Amino acid sequence: MSTAIAKQAHAVLKNHPRDEPSALVNVLHDIQDEFRYLPEEALRLASEHLQISTAQVFGVASFFKGFHLKPRGEHICTVCMGTACHVRGAPRLLEQAERDLGISSGQTTPDLQFTIEEVNCVGACALGPLVIVDGEYNGNMTPHRLTKLVNKIQKKKGK
Amino acid sequence: MDVKLKINDVEVSAQKGEYLLDVARKAGFEIPSLCHHEAVRPIGSCRVCLVEVVAGGKTSLTTSCNYVVEPGIEVTTDSELIHKMRAVNLELLLARAPGARRVRDLAARYGVSRPRFAPVDDNWLPNCILCELCVRVCEHQGHSALSTLGRGDQKKIGLPFNRPAESCVGCGACYSVCPTECILMKETRTNRTIWGQTFDFVPCKECGAPVITEKHRDFAIKNQELPENYYDLCEACKQAAASKRFASVAW
Repeated sequence: MSTAIAKQAHAVLKNHPRDEPSALVNVLHDIQDEFRYLPEEALRLASEHLQISTAQVFGVASFFKGFHLKPRGEHICTVCMGTACHVRGAPRLLEQAERDLGISSGQTTPDLQFTIEEVNCVGACALGPLVIVDGEYNGNMTPHRLTKLVNKIQKKKGK
Repeated sequence: MDVKLKINDVEVSAQKGEYLLDVARKAGFEIPSLCHHEAVRPIGSCRVCLVEVVAGGKTSLTTSCNYVVEPGIEVTTDSELIHKMRAVNLELLLARAPGARRVRDLAARYGVSRPRFAPVDDNWLPNCILCELCVRVCEHQGHSALSTLGRGDQKKIGLPFNRPAESCVGCGACYSVCPTECILMKETRTNRTIWGQTFDFVPCKECGAPVITEKHRDFAIKNQELPENYYDLCEACKQAAASKRFASVAW
């Protein structure tokens, strides 16, 4: 399994010049595009490729919120917890998602299908409560509709 | 080449590119600091070395450790304002590191004995003030095993992937420079444990005292092109051997 990651990582790194520390963030982005997260092995290869210490690579990777160090699901379910959504029932949506998928916020299902995330306002307060699933904004969400939405995605996968 | 500036109304000359803190200290002025070390690049993170600089008619409070001297600037290293600002910074540092002797002593000198702020409940490395001196020293030594992880209130000093690092040689430099003595290191006569790894010591061939960790010896011999037997003897035995040699030299 680890060699598969290495192979994929090498393919990504091929597009970047060697020994170029300033390219780190771009490289991390590309690695994340490939794996949906930053696998340790890929980070080690990136550190070798760019001639930066693994400590520095990991420091940068852990600094930015946009980089993920744990595997993420194919589908990302983002529940807005901003003030407007919050007062309109976002905590209940989060609970519903957690119950439906059997994981808590920030975690990923073991089959790597779903990840639940929280966000503190996406600026679409008029649509609240809001849940973003795979980049699609679903306004005026209810726990019931969220369950249906999740089921639909799971079924699609099952076919 | 020389840069002329004034520190506390005294004319001082410095080399171009020198940092204000070094220049002031060399001229005999006292400026406190925690995160400064002459061997590594300054980053101004502890913010205790604040001074007032008048440059081009503008007065500013700035950290002196990473301020490159400019011709004609006028510097004040102590004033009521500076005192007040340092006191606030020390109060914040004290809340982070109530157990650090140097922070406590310095804070006491600035009249802070108990911070108004709740102590930071930091169970990762208690008393760490995140000055990154360990990170910089580790980098300078050529190991780069440490870095800051995370950001904001989650920031901490740690190892890549939160696991013992293969690039750590157990040299203990981070431990010895830490201004708050928060890095944990345990030593016996035969080994040293630091950052989750235990390193065996090279014993002195004469007296058996620990000289250096094996991994550090291998690193140093390889990277500094030292003779293979460079770390065979401890400092005391090396000196004894040298003095014996010198005693037999006919003058």
